Amino acid sequence: MPDLSFLLAQSLSGLTAAMFLFLIASGLSLIFGVLRVLNFAHGSFYMLGAYLAFQFVRWGGMGPGRFWWAVLGAALSIAIVGGLVERLLLRHLYGKDELYQLLFTYGLVLIASDAAKKAWGTQQLSLSRPPGLTGASRMFGTMLPHYNLFILLLGPTIALGLWLLLNRTRAGRVIRAAALDREMLGALGVNVSWLYTGVFMLGSFLGGLGGALVTPVRAIVPGMDVEIIVEAFIVVVIGGLGSFWGTFLGAVIYGQVLAFGILIVPAFSIFSVFALMAVVLIVRPWGLLGQPLGT
Amino acid sequence: MLEVRGVRKAFAGFQAVAGVTLVVPQRSICATIGPNGAGKTTFFNLITGHLRPDSGSVVLKGRDITGLPPHEICRLGVARSFQRTNIFPRLTVFQNVQAAFLAHHRHALNLYSRVDRFYRDETDAILTSIGLVDKAHEVSGFLSHGGQKQLELGIALASEPELLLLDEPTAGMSATETHETIALIERITRDRGLTLLFTEHDMEVVFAIAQKITVLHQGHVIAEGSPAEVRADPAVKRVYLGERAP
Amino acid sequence: MAARRRLARVPWGLLVAVAALFVPAIGSRFYTFVATDIAIMALFAVSLNLLLGYGGLVSFGHAAYFGIGAYACGILMKVHAVPFSVALPAAGLLAAAFAALFGFFCVRLTKIYFAMLTLAFAQIVWAVCFKWNSVTGGEQGMSDVPYPDLSAAAWVPGLAGYRTSDHFYMLTVVLVAACLWVLRRVVRSPFGRLLTTIRENPERTEFIGVDVRRHELIAFIIAGLFAGIAGGLFGIFNRGVFPDFAYWPKSSDVLIMTILGGMGSFYGPAIGALILIILNQEITSYTEYWPFVLGSLLITLLFLFPGGVVGALGGLVRRLERMRRA
Repeated sequence: MPDLSFLLAQSLSGLTAAMFLFLIASGLSLIFGVLRVLNFAHGSFYMLGAYLAFQFVRWGGMGPGRFWWAVLGAALSIAIVGGLVERLLLRHLYGKDELYQLLFTYGLVLIASDAAKKAWGTQQLSLSRPPGLTGASRMFGTMLPHYNLFILLLGPTIALGLWLLLNRTRAGRVIRAAALDREMLGALGVNVSWLYTGVFMLGSFLGGLGGALVTPVRAIVPGMDVEIIVEAFIVVVIGGLGSFWGTFLGAVIYGQVLAFGILIVPAFSIFSVFALMAVVLIVRPWGLLGQPLGT
Repeated sequence: MLEVRGVRKAFAGFQAVAGVTLVVPQRSICATIGPNGAGKTTFFNLITGHLRPDSGSVVLKGRDITGLPPHEICRLGVARSFQRTNIFPRLTVFQNVQAAFLAHHRHALNLYSRVDRFYRDETDAILTSIGLVDKAHEVSGFLSHGGQKQLELGIALASEPELLLLDEPTAGMSATETHETIALIERITRDRGLTLLFTEHDMEVVFAIAQKITVLHQGHVIAEGSPAEVRADPAVKRVYLGERAP
Repeated sequence: MAARRRLARVPWGLLVAVAALFVPAIGSRFYTFVATDIAIMALFAVSLNLLLGYGGLVSFGHAAYFGIGAYACGILMKVHAVPFSVALPAAGLLAAAFAALFGFFCVRLTKIYFAMLTLAFAQIVWAVCFKWNSVTGGEQGMSDVPYPDLSAAAWVPGLAGYRTSDHFYMLTVVLVAACLWVLRRVVRSPFGRLLTTIRENPERTEFIGVDVRRHELIAFIIAGLFAGIAGGLFGIFNRGVFPDFAYWPKSSDVLIMTILGGMGSFYGPAIGALILIILNQEITSYTEYWPFVLGSLLITLLFLFPGGVVGALGGLVRRLERMRRA
């Protein structure tokens, strides 16, 4: 029977992973909820956010505070890229079959992954922890890195911030209304076209932010785009496509499954992930907190 | 022919249909009317199996069909048109109607015969009776709204039904088109000995051909009877206050 | 117009198949190699199009059945020395069986959820192939899948001089042509017609008396069957079976072929397979950035030629006719 501190360490590790996932998945969920587009390229935004953060640090150094500027810069750059993509390209596909939108985002994945390879090569890159968060403390019987602690606190903070944005601001109300009935919204005089661009940019920002923040913890490699988008899909399916807290819950649950699943059945980790997704889709496709289909 | 007893349906707390009982005698022409939101389309969906009633029963020719899936109810002799035009837009007019014959005569699992040869004469006959035979090989999505509504009727007829349910058959039509369509519907119903139940907004249409009218409001039946009786009913007048009086 | 009808009566498929048989006569091993690849992928793509173009069902996991067929055929022939004439149909049937199992759950869902479940199942198949070392060879896959016994080919006049790979190619062309013939009959049957009505309007189709779920499931099984046959052939052609046969990029590749060629026509996906494979060969000899090219191609297609190559050609022909009549 493994001791409590070990279990706790695993659980915290799962929670940390969950916070990153939540950040990314919330962007995916937001874009799907409002634009009804399942953005495969979201993983690419994550990856590019990571690469850009790396690049900004390479230019600006790792002095006090520099890391955070790099992170912010990366996330904002991705938001701008997202905005351009939506404004110039994606919007022309809205009237067409959903398949075209999906394939478009998949095409972006292909282009982005090669672009990253060309710009940064195929070697693994990484960043060290930012000054101020390089240490670790003994908590609950285990060594907890300060950066991870930061992420564990940042996750719910951002969740709360997003929730406040969506539920307590006018902009948020408009976004939620758009998720329910876009035609009505247009009729009410809201500029739906810019709303879509804005939502896409916000979603992309979140994806890029997740990627930038993960750089001290995970290696930056080609293929991280695909790995994360699959996990993001699973999270939103478990939580329920389009549900905000569902995404949070889904991320937490998936993080724990990942942390403990590997211990129990190591040979089947890649199998169990998709099995979980299949089971959810079969038994309860609308996830834990989504709307039942057909209503 | 059709007996609906006490059906109820609620959506997320909102009671769309709140205990409606309706009897449609064989070979009659009945109408359900009511203002927007009265629950007419939901009521139809409950009869045709697209929705399951929370309680109550639907009995067709003595057989309980409550909760059966739509394709089975169709097989039992019920055909329906939908409020929003429901055709197969990229198929031709001919193919639209032919598809209904194919399904009705259980050819869905025929994987080897050439489909073009099937039911040519029967399809032409239906197209002639609804007046679309000269457009037989046009892509149905390009038809005018009125044409598409006619096609809907044709598709419903190809299922060789005994009971015909039409959901707002003249919606969006001009006055002339409405008259033509109603004359067509009445003629077809009589010629084939069908039972007809339809919903409508246009009161002129309803009073012109319906033998029995049921008035729905907020999911309840508030009046029922012959056109004259319904016209004179004070509850009906109250509900329709503000709309064009019959 | 009359000319077009006369043109339509020409059995193009048969002519192309017969012409294809002469590729080995060119004498280039490379050409035969590419042609085999094209023939097999054409079958794979057309099988997907039964779901996509005719049924309106977007499957992201069609490679699962391709992979199952490849492994089944490969294992039967290499490990159990089962003759090809038994192994290939068995591969198709096993793929069809899995299509029945997975499809049963998938057809209960619509659109996005359907697509995601097909992807999930395909990834499960991949994961099993990847990990089940004892049966599938795991990550390394199975190499040295044998050729079928084609010694009989030496008895056919004119064929004695060719290599085994050429003989196999000709056999592939015959088999693929036969499969495509069957699929074409299915598509032109009442079943096929009602499949398109499901694509156009599932609700209405249900209310002309069709059990839509059952219909979609049958289409799913048929598509899986032929994908499995394509997989079996590919495993032999490739001289080895590997887990990435079921990996999702295989599914997306075949999806792109289908769209590239045009999902609105029967042979469209086959033409898409031809173009994509040749393009891949050409481009990868110049640059390693094939995904970039593929992605750009895909996006260009979606914006400029949503009907694929066949759709674009059809539009061009119609415009020329209109100009001629004016």
